[in-house]
Amino acid sequence: MLKDITLGQYYQTRSSLHSLDPRTKLIGVLIYLISLFLFNRIGAYVVALIFLAYVIKTSRVPFSFMIKGMKSIVFLLFITVIFNLFLTAGNVVFVIWKFSITDQGIRVAVFTVIRLTFLIIGASVLTLTTTPNNLTDGMEDLMKPLGVFKVPVHEIAMMMSIALRFIPILMEETDKIMKAQQARGADFEHGGPIKRAKSLVPILVPLFVSAFRRANDLAMAMEARCYRGGEGRTKMKPLKYKKADYIAYIILAVYVAAIIFAGRFAPI
Amino acid sequence: MKIGQELIQTKQLSFEYIRRDDDGNAEGVTRAVDNVTLNVEKGEFIAILGANGSGKSTLAKHINAILYPTEGKVYVDGEDTSVEENIISIRQKAGMVFQNPDNQIIGNVVEEDVGFGPENMGVPTKEIWERVDEALKTLGIEEFRKHSPNKLSGGQKQRVAIAGVVAMHPQCIILDESTAMLDPKGRKEVIRAARALNDVEKITIILITHYMEEVIYADRVLVMDKGRLVMQGTPKQVFSMVEELESYRLSVPQVTILAHELRKAGLPLPEGILTEDELLHELQKIR
Repeated sequence: MLKDITLGQYYQTRSSLHSLDPRTKLIGVLIYLISLFLFNRIGAYVVALIFLAYVIKTSRVPFSFMIKGMKSIVFLLFITVIFNLFLTAGNVVFVIWKFSITDQGIRVAVFTVIRLTFLIIGASVLTLTTTPNNLTDGMEDLMKPLGVFKVPVHEIAMMMSIALRFIPILMEETDKIMKAQQARGADFEHGGPIKRAKSLVPILVPLFVSAFRRANDLAMAMEARCYRGGEGRTKMKPLKYKKADYIAYIILAVYVAAIIFAGRFAPI
Repeated sequence: MKIGQELIQTKQLSFEYIRRDDDGNAEGVTRAVDNVTLNVEKGEFIAILGANGSGKSTLAKHINAILYPTEGKVYVDGEDTSVEENIISIRQKAGMVFQNPDNQIIGNVVEEDVGFGPENMGVPTKEIWERVDEALKTLGIEEFRKHSPNKLSGGQKQRVAIAGVVAMHPQCIILDESTAMLDPKGRKEVIRAARALNDVEKITIILITHYMEEVIYADRVLVMDKGRLVMQGTPKQVFSMVEELESYRLSVPQVTILAHELRKAGLPLPEGILTEDELLHELQKIR
């Protein structure tokens, strides 16, 4: 069940996008997401679509693989469309029973769908082309200035990477506990939602106990290997901008210029 | 401040912890380690045997400065573990490998985990890579360097953990029941790695275990019971005292028991036979 989620997964292949510095990709995605919400003209979205298509092509990740991850959010998209369609004021186009659909409503709904779809595909391109470790490293580096405000940047990054390491272990453990409880007659598949939620308690309690025990062991193992926070720590894989990153920034700048132009001067 | 030539010294080491009931009230004091004095010389291969609750792991955690003595002192390469400033240096010199392979690997990729220790020590990037390459080669796990640790077998994971310690260039490695959760094949891998490190790299090994078969290669065997050091000697000397070992709830290797029983029945066999080959050899001599 948990294996079907492609959103946030890494897709192993060789591409120029894969080998970019994670910071470049993070900044790129951030700028792209902001650009999606700044303009209200179709022209701007054409530019955004061209850019997205170009990025997807460069990533060498099969488009069908990306779309798989979208399935889970179709429902969310549907709800947003409904709300926007019926609850936006403007000139009434036609009326269904008590609800009226306006021209503004259609416009906003269409924009929302485009924005959300682009947003999710854009973000998933980032996770599909960047290993979780790289992503954590990139975030740590970009958030470093926050250290001035006493934000424990290194610690947050360390927690994220440890969490990533333990997700598969804890999943395996959940599976084991479920089987152990099923072997003793526990039933997880039948009954109403309340009964099913209740049946999760015998899974969650041992899972938490074991997770805490693991955390304790891991903390000891880290201490035994001289861990004492981020201070005085060197990096095995320090982040370094390469030529490709500068090229990527130039492409990004061209995109920004293009979308600003289109957003201002496009006819529709 | 160097004290003697020994790498590790414990002087009348005792460790107590307070037992608490469910409400957190003190029920009593348990003396996990009781007046242990011990010297380990550079390059030695030491095995510490003991049943569950004998205090052997607690003793090990003192050498790595994870626990501090209630009474007495522990010195690693002349440095007192109870002095705050020495801790990082002590942990670098005396590396520790724990029991559960999953709970001591920090990196998401094998080579990153091996580099974790040197990173913490502030080793320059270029040297980290040299150390990692060297450690992976020493442990024979170069082929997995780009793998996720989750995909490895137990024995392989423990070798990754050992490589992580080796990359810190320690003088001593403590294997704290590192074979307890492994299958026989994984146990063999780990013991072989430990022996190779001792033979080739001259790293002092302290092997803590309750599997008797693993200690026959040690230079010296120590037996612990109820927090005290009760027996000490070469594997042969220790294993020749079958009844005493059994009184400490330790199971002696089958070959040794067989030889012991044959000897009691009147066959002229020497005490402390440790391997099947040895017994075979002795039996052929009689014939």
